Parts: sequence; C-alpha cells; structure tokens
Amino acid sequence: MRRVVITGIGIYSCIGKSIQEVSEALYHGKSGIGIDPARTLYGYRSPLTGILEPPQLKNVLTRRQRICLPEEGEYAYVATDDALKDAGISDEYLDKNEVGILYGNDSSSRAVIESHEICVEKKDTTLMGSGAIFQSMNSTVTMNLATIFRLKGINMTISAACSSGSHSIGLGTLLIRQGLQDMIICGGAQETNVLSMASFDGLGAFSIRIAEPHKASRPFDAGRDGLVPSGGAATLIIEEYEHAVKRGARIYAEVTGYGFSSNGVHISQPCEKGSALAMERALKDAGVNPAEVDYINAHATSTVIGDTYEAMAIDRIFGPYRTPVSSTKGMTGHECWMAGSSEIIYTLLMMRDSFIAPNLNFETPDEASAKLNIISSTIEKKMDICLSNSFGFGGTNSALILKKI
Amino acid sequence: MEKSKIREIVNNFLIEEIEVDPKGISDEALLKDDLGIDSLDFVDIVVIVEQHFGFKIKPEEMSGIRTLSQFYDYIENKVNA
Repeated sequence: MRRVVITGIGIYSCIGKSIQEVSEALYHGKSGIGIDPARTLYGYRSPLTGILEPPQLKNVLTRRQRICLPEEGEYAYVATDDALKDAGISDEYLDKNEVGILYGNDSSSRAVIESHEICVEKKDTTLMGSGAIFQSMNSTVTMNLATIFRLKGINMTISAACSSGSHSIGLGTLLIRQGLQDMIICGGAQETNVLSMASFDGLGAFSIRIAEPHKASRPFDAGRDGLVPSGGAATLIIEEYEHAVKRGARIYAEVTGYGFSSNGVHISQPCEKGSALAMERALKDAGVNPAEVDYINAHATSTVIGDTYEAMAIDRIFGPYRTPVSSTKGMTGHECWMAGSSEIIYTLLMMRDSFIAPNLNFETPDEASAKLNIISSTIEKKMDICLSNSFGFGGTNSALILKKI
Repeated sequence: MEKSKIREIVNNFLIEEIEVDPKGISDEALLKDDLGIDSLDFVDIVVIVEQHFGFKIKPEEMSGIRTLSQFYDYIENKVNA
C-alpha cells in the first residue's frame, strides 16, 4: 500500500503565527484567548475569543487575489504559503507537477451579510462588488488557494463542521493511497470576525468567564462553563512516501490511520459510541493496538456534554493503558473548522520536540475525566504514535493516527 | 464638476483601488488591452463610480467606451447632465 507522510506545515493561530512561536506556546502553555469588545456591542452573550489580527497582504497578493479572499482565506493563504516553503515546494514545482487541495471550511459570514446589507440599502446587486461571490461561498478557501498557487489536482472544500480540518487530511490520505494524487494541500480555516460566531453564541455554548480570559477554556475540568471560539488556519502538505523520499523532503510523520463515523443521533450533541467507532477504525487502519498509542490529542472543547462523551469513549478504548490525554483547546480555544488540522500540527510539534503540551486549566476532574490520564502541565515524553480526535455538529467524527518514521 | 477634477478622481481610483500601473494612464489608453481592466474589475468600477459620482453606470452605456478619454467624457456627461 502507498504510504502517506506529512512534509510541510504552516499555521496562523492565536498562539502563534510561525511553527517556532506555536511550538514555544504549546510547551509553555500559553493562552491565546482574550476579549473582543465588538462582540459585546453586536449583542453577543460572550466577548471571549481567540485573538488574532488579519495578515497584511497588500504588495504580497494582487488586487484581484486579495479582493476575492475573505478573512479565513487570508489566514489560509499565509499558512499554506508557509507550509509549501516548509515542504520545499517551489513555484517551479507547482507549475510542473499536479498538486491537489482538500481544505476544511464551513462558513464565510462577512461577505454574505455585508452583501445583503448593501442590497437592502442600494437595491442593486452590482454594488456588492466583484469579490462578494468568491468570498461568500463555502469553497472560498480552496477556490482562492487553487488559483493563487496554480494547483492542478483535486480541488474542493471539506465542510464537516468542527471535524472539517481532520477529514481533509483523512480524505487526502485515502486519495494518495489510492494512487490518484502524489501531493495534496490539506488543512482547515476558521473566520473570527464579529459576524462569524453570533448564532453559535446564541446557543449559550460559550464561556462567560470574562474576568479571566486565560482561564475560560477548561476542557475536561469540572469548573468549565462553555467553550471559547477561536480561529485562524492550519495547512499540512501530505505526500506519498516514496515521492517525498525521492525529492529529499523532510518527513514530520506518517499518517497511518484515519477513522470516520457518523452518530446519527442529535444535531449538536456528540455520543460515546460514534466517537469510539472513529477511534477504533483509525486504530484498525493504522494496524496498532491501543496500548501502542503514546498520546491522545482530544477534541474536548470545554463543554460538559462534549467532554464527557469523549472521556467515556477514550476510557472505553484506552482506559487500561492510562494513555496520556490533553486538549490543546485550553490554550487555543475551539478553532472549529480549523481545529482538526491545527491539532495535527500541535501533535506533530509535540512528537518532534518530545513533549506533551498541557491541557490548560484542568484543575478539578469530574466523574468522566477522572478516569483519564489528563496532562495538566507540560511533560517531556518521547512519542512515536499519536491519535487526534475531531468531532462536529451533526455527529460527524474523525480520528487520525500519526506515526514517527 | 470640472473635467480636470473628474480626471483626477478617476485616475486616482484606477491607481489606488484598481491598482492600474500609473505609467499606463493616458487619454488614449485602452481600458481593456492597455490598462488590463477585465469584466470583474468593471463591476468594482461601477461600485467606485457610484461612491464618487453618485450615479450607477449602465452596462449598455459603456459598450462603446474603449479609451480612458471616452470614459472621462462619459462621466462628465452623466455628472453634469
């Protein structure tokens, strides 16, 4: 079977905008959470969010390229440009070879809402401008990046709620294994503008620990009061193993397992069975026993129901082995459509630098999380096999297994 | 509005907002072939003209306009009508 490896990574997140920054933030347990006053003015229940500024792309991209890029597309552009450089992929390579893109994204709110507001005022669709349609479609990230980087392979967006970024890597892995592609740009992007999270805030799912932003995201902790939304973009270059070796690429790890499942139960609530099934399938795909897994990067978002079902599912499979678990969302907040790919990067960096980043703010276990070996402060640990979970609205589940080679 | 003012506003938004090469700006410049303005750019020019001059360009009125000079004349006629 053709093997799939990760040869490049790039990230633009609230805990860092370079691999170095992010690695240090993970090691030191740095929180990227803060207050966005615009959310309060807009009517949000919670102003807490991952804090990051859009990149400046004037004189980097042409006007036509910039005008079609929404906020999350800007993040994705920077992350992808960095990932391609990290993988040693030149402009000449892109022109002479077939590279695909499968990227996670599940909203692009600002262009949709602002276009509507223009039309209400002006009663004229032309006055929305030429970029609105390209910014407002769900596939905005892949349509823009495929054009900017002149890609000629598979080209589509994966929309699977908060597991979008993880499925993009899993599905890309399947395409490469099948021999249909040699290299695919995978990842996930998440907008953070004031319009992007309003209806989610309306569900009352967000933490309101406003006085202590750095303590607001508390996955698995009994004192949690909801998740903190966040965003940015994370890109991974995945590649067929022999192809990577032949061109002398540096290999971070192999993607050995991908497991997916759908709960078929509730639109917003996860379930133990579906989460466990995705992990079991990933383990089977990778051909590893639960005892061999060195670390689990949990999906845990800091909501009672989500954390509890995941803890039960992890305990069901890994309970006897006391496998170390942490949710990096304690630092980053919930990066939503981006999370499944950023958390693979976080896990890769931990594998590379031999440490486990802390599950920030895990102070008091509840009945479910007490059964897990949750790492609440950084530990040094050499790791060869790691698993990362991602679950989303609608019961879509994804689990990926990475192996150091 | 003075023709010179119209020229100044148009040239300014072509350079600053449409990012046309300033060296290409001349009365004889062809909007499409010399300045590289495509159909998507034209949509944005409609938006910008509405903001600066307060009227909406009708595509059928633009069909005979090929040069920058003709474009200045078109705006002058609309603004001063």
